[in-house]
Amino acid sequence: MDANSTAPPVQTNRLRADGVRLGYDGRTVVDDLSFEVPDGRITAIIGPNACGKSTLLRALARLLRPDRGGVVLDGENIHRLPTKEVARRLGLLPQSPISPEGILVVDLVSRGRTPHQRLFQQWSDGDEAAVREALEATHTIDLADRPVDQLSGGQRQRVWIAMAIAQQTDLLLLDEPTTFLDIAHQVDVLDLVDQLNSDRGRTVVVVLHDLNLACRYAHHLVAMRDGAIVASGRPEEVITEHSVREVFGMDCVVTTDPVSHTPLVVPIGARRSPAAGGDRPGSSSVPTSADDGRVNHDDGDLVDGDLVDGDLVDGDVDDTTDDTAAAPVAE
Amino acid sequence: MTVLERPPTADSRPDQLPLRGWVVRSRRVSMRLDPRRFVVCVLLAAATVAVGCWSISVGDFPIPISDVIATVFGSGSEDAEFIVRTLRLPRAITGALVGLAFGISGAIFQSLARNPLASPDIIGFNSGAAVGAVFVIVILGGSSSQVAFGAVSGGVLTALLVFGLAIKGRGVQAYRLVLVGIGIGFAATAVVDYLITRAEIFDVQRAAVWLTGSLNGRSWDDVRTVGLALLVLTPLAVLMQRWLDRLELSDDVAAGLGVPVGRAKLALVLVGVALAALAVAAAGPIGFVAFVAGPIARRLVDTPGAALIPAGFTGALVTVAADLAARRVLAPTELPVGILTAVIGAPYLLWLLSRQGRTGAL
Repeated sequence: MDANSTAPPVQTNRLRADGVRLGYDGRTVVDDLSFEVPDGRITAIIGPNACGKSTLLRALARLLRPDRGGVVLDGENIHRLPTKEVARRLGLLPQSPISPEGILVVDLVSRGRTPHQRLFQQWSDGDEAAVREALEATHTIDLADRPVDQLSGGQRQRVWIAMAIAQQTDLLLLDEPTTFLDIAHQVDVLDLVDQLNSDRGRTVVVVLHDLNLACRYAHHLVAMRDGAIVASGRPEEVITEHSVREVFGMDCVVTTDPVSHTPLVVPIGARRSPAAGGDRPGSSSVPTSADDGRVNHDDGDLVDGDLVDGDLVDGDVDDTTDDTAAAPVAE
Repeated sequence: MTVLERPPTADSRPDQLPLRGWVVRSRRVSMRLDPRRFVVCVLLAAATVAVGCWSISVGDFPIPISDVIATVFGSGSEDAEFIVRTLRLPRAITGALVGLAFGISGAIFQSLARNPLASPDIIGFNSGAAVGAVFVIVILGGSSSQVAFGAVSGGVLTALLVFGLAIKGRGVQAYRLVLVGIGIGFAATAVVDYLITRAEIFDVQRAAVWLTGSLNGRSWDDVRTVGLALLVLTPLAVLMQRWLDRLELSDDVAAGLGVPVGRAKLALVLVGVALAALAVAAAGPIGFVAFVAGPIARRLVDTPGAALIPAGFTGALVTVAADLAARRVLAPTELPVGILTAVIGAPYLLWLLSRQGRTGAL
């Protein structure tokens, strides 16, 4: 249990997980996972639904207490630190936050200052400056006096990120910040993440579904499946036809993004797969063993596994329904 | 794509953040104050006092309002002195304090559950308190202070039961809390009915009056009990309002902002249950005050977040006004105040349900 005793003497990165076992209600989702978040980089966690990526992020953010092992922040077990102290070092944007009915953008972003405030220190010059800066960085300053529930999805997401920015932490964890956004807004949000990283050297960990965007924006990629890290490293190292097959159980061609020159994953799909008699496009920048193009029955097994996993994160699903249910007029 | 193409030019930036209210700053202290909140509270308090005076002046023995005021400040006639000081003033003050407690309690639970249905009277706490009180009346034949103790015990036990059953996985979810609470409430009502069928007719009458909620015959003892409890619990609630405001953004966001979510929720629930149970103990399970006060207060102050103190003042006004109406509508027959609050609350509940039915959320 004591993560400190196993900590290496030289600590380079601020945040890491040490052999954590994570789960809900006694069901283990992630077991014996170790992972270090590279400082000053954008790290994207990818993987199929229910692979445990959000669970891992929740543990890193101190939202979930590991059943075994520990999460270490600045050399200390994160659960030994006071919540408020963690909140001064580590900002978080969880999935499906709730904007209370009628709250104004400026008031929501101001809540990001909470860990820096005290009973009689609730709105210092520093607080105001931080809120202004966050609004400007996210280009939401013109929306400051608008109610959050009247904004578009993309604007709303920017406002939530602004709240996390106003918290002024060097570490920022974002759980699927692009979900439910159209492609333009996804790029928009990720550009913002990129800017946060390059301007301030902030460390960002982001859970993403879109592999190609993950490859574009992340310096470091972590691919998870069934609660374990399958591969991690630079996107070029991690994303191969073989690894995508391994992780997602999907046949694809990996080529090069013509704009960013990062890996570009092109799914093949059943219709065009060799098994269905379709043609397989041969051009691939990364030759892999999957090139023998066999669609075997493993895929079926993988799908089954996924369904079982879906059960595992029942809690997540419940949560989402609850959040929608709990915000009666937000929609 | 609305924001992306709009570069933040210097002149598009307002000099001041559009913050409502006043910012007060000195070396040690910095605060944002909302004058509207303050004004709303003052107006509600003034209205409560006015309605209270009116309520004191009417009755079998009418006393002009000017005499009421004079008597309260100690210079009235002897008759008026007795009627005002001993009979009607404690009743009015108890009503206001009970309303205050219900209002704050309701606002805490509605905000915690992010659902206006989750007020203590809807989710069964009042019914649970009623079981405790009726048990004491019917089975033990206890005194009124014992009835109060029974009510508090019943309320707290019911709260424990409701939360215990509503907890699933990582926490209590709003709709589960509401559904479990309504279910437990029905069960508690059934227990009350059963107890009443077994009771002597005299006890039944006493229980029936208590059950609809009545301020009849409140004394200075009641004022002292509820007043002291409020003196302790209200400041606690005010201190915890900051947690409540963050918890409204979802538990995860609150945790990310440094709120100790588990402890904060437990403390808020304890304060909320204590307030509701004490109010029930003093005046019976007056329904719908806790339920309507929070949403009305929110609309009045027009700021996001739980308006605990304005909700308390709203509850006080609603209760005192309902008590006045209860005494006058069928005068000289006096209705229990709970019937009048139900008349206000029930249509609001129906409206809320129909509105929520349309938006598809509970």
